[in-house]
Amino acid sequence: MWLLEIEDLSVSIGSKQVLKNFNLRISRGETHVLFGPNGTGKTTLLNVIAGIPRYVIDGGRIVFKGEDITHMSMDERARLGIGMAFQRPPAIRGLRLRDLIKIINPKADAMAILKKMDFEAFADRDVNRGFSGGEVKRSEMVQLLAQQPDFVMLDEPDSGVDLENIKLIGEAINTLTQKDQRPSQRTKSGVIITHFGHILDYMKADRAHVMLGGSIVCSGNPGEILEQIKKSGYEGCVGCTCPV
Amino acid sequence: MHVSGIEDKARKARDKKALYGTDVDLESYESEAKPQVIVANAEDLPSVVKKAAMDVGVKLDGESSGSFVQMDQTPVIAKSLYEGVEIMDMASALEKYDFLQDYWWKLVAPDADKYTAEVAAAPPAGYFIRAKKGMKTVFPVKSCLYLGSSNLNQRVHNVIIAEEGSELHVITGCTTPAHVQRGLHVGVSEFFIQKNAKVSFTMVHSWGKEVEVRPRTGITIAEGGSLSNNYILLKPVKTIQTFPTATLAGRGAVASFNTVIYATMGNIDVGSNVNLNAPETSAESISRVVCVGGEVIARGRMTGRVPGARAHLECVGLLLSDKGRIYSIPELDGQSRDLDMSHEAAVGRISEEELEYLMSRGLSSEEATSVIVRGFLDVEIKGLPDDLKQEIKNITQREDLKGAP
Ligand SMILES: Nc1ncnc2c1ncn2[C@@H]1O[C@H](COP(=O)(O)OP(=O)(O)OP(=O)(O)O)[C@@H](O)[C@H]1O
Ligand SMILES: [Mg+2]
Repeated sequence: MWLLEIEDLSVSIGSKQVLKNFNLRISRGETHVLFGPNGTGKTTLLNVIAGIPRYVIDGGRIVFKGEDITHMSMDERARLGIGMAFQRPPAIRGLRLRDLIKIINPKADAMAILKKMDFEAFADRDVNRGFSGGEVKRSEMVQLLAQQPDFVMLDEPDSGVDLENIKLIGEAINTLTQKDQRPSQRTKSGVIITHFGHILDYMKADRAHVMLGGSIVCSGNPGEILEQIKKSGYEGCVGCTCPV
Repeated sequence: MHVSGIEDKARKARDKKALYGTDVDLESYESEAKPQVIVANAEDLPSVVKKAAMDVGVKLDGESSGSFVQMDQTPVIAKSLYEGVEIMDMASALEKYDFLQDYWWKLVAPDADKYTAEVAAAPPAGYFIRAKKGMKTVFPVKSCLYLGSSNLNQRVHNVIIAEEGSELHVITGCTTPAHVQRGLHVGVSEFFIQKNAKVSFTMVHSWGKEVEVRPRTGITIAEGGSLSNNYILLKPVKTIQTFPTATLAGRGAVASFNTVIYATMGNIDVGSNVNLNAPETSAESISRVVCVGGEVIARGRMTGRVPGARAHLECVGLLLSDKGRIYSIPELDGQSRDLDMSHEAAVGRISEEELEYLMSRGLSSEEATSVIVRGFLDVEIKGLPDDLKQEIKNITQREDLKGAP
């Protein structure tokens, strides 16, 4: 029933330990929110789940669909159903967005996806090249809609996005996580990192966690946790009474 | 220059080594080849030639304003389909037009090196293309230089004249079939772009692993004239050395050079040399090199001689193997005040970040590399008709362009 299980994961970059005995479980059909201050290791966590090789795994493991993927290559993980919207994706010169969609999924209806994200005008632009901060986020959603992963990781999909587009992105996340279906029928899951939580007005999230110093210090209902952070800061969450 | 004067010079330069590139033993090649059958229409060409031309982006039976094909030493077709463009084989053109003596060997010296000397000593072959005054067409002249016999030293001498106010597009594919073990191609080209004429010249090379190539090109551009010169080499070659020289001789003349190279082997020494000799002239040279083997020397030289001239050089290389070398030599020579000249050169590898990004979408490392390589080689070429642009894109977007083998 768990789609993703992370057990006692410790990760470092260079000499710096970023994740410390990190634990998280996400069941099928659930979408979780990750809150936490800058530099606390949120992006690192997502990158390690995606399999970006520049991190050192000091201990623990990642299990996806019952399989230990801790040392699996990135493309294998993607084919197993993991997808990610990057916080700051690179530009690829000479590769049109339209063509990338076809490469990701030859069966995808590229124009329909672009239309859904109000992004048709970017079909023939090089991927992310010269895109504004908010446009980059829509480009990421377009690619994920083509990829249709079973587990979607969204690293600040709302930062730099204007009010109208935040709604579009929220709706796309709901589509990716099957929020249009009844809870018992959902099989896809997600995790989203957000600082301000505004996007949560447009998408459904089931659970939230606060990360501090490389591990989760508090978990609970997304709305309540956001309130708690707004009221007493991240430190106020340490040892919170929210049921973990 | 008088004919005997040319021959004299050529004789004296017979052993003169070229400034750049490896030295070719001319004696080891034959210059006599079996004459080929001359055809009336491009459709009547042997199918191997049509196919070879197609592989270098020259669809001989597609829409064009004319065609020229030389097989070995025989021009087999020189035919115009548009009244504004004249296309002839060089020997006939020299016979017909006395005025050609004012153009013949005027931009390339017969005694520049042993290769020009070799061409000067040979009977004239190659094409003469003339866009007549004020005549414009977006349909390209399609030409193919086909080296079909082993051990042959193929020699051509081309002249292009774009008369005042004309517009001319030429695509030339130079190719050898797989059965040719060994060969040499020496080509002299002289392009005269007259007042306000607009010319694009695209050359696609596809040679064999034992073929050596020594093009020698001189170009002059008069007031208001423009040239877009594109060179594409994606297939193996033993050695190639070329350094076309363009002189911007009239006010406002413009030249742009685009070079796209995917090297797997050999010694490839290519570049462009532009003299900005008149006010308000500008030149740009962009080269993109992917090297998975062999040695690529990418040269670029711009010389600014008058105030207000603008020049930009860009040499970017992706070196994807320990077995390769990219040696980038951008040179700017400023000889006046108020110039605006710049260059940008980089040799590097594929960015890890881009690779990981594509892999996170499910592409394998090889697929991602190939997508990035193709994107890198997709140079934006200005001044070309859309159809031609698309054909060039098709060539540079072939599936077989990969990372290290
Ligand atoms: N390549 C690296 N070398 C050294 N330190 C790094 C490297 N990459 C990340 N870090 C450090 O690891 C820590 C965690 O970074 P991470 O990007 O995971 O934070 P984050 O929680 O996503 O922050 P933000 O909210 O600002 O996006 C930071 O202190 C960061 O500076
Ligand atoms: Mg982050």
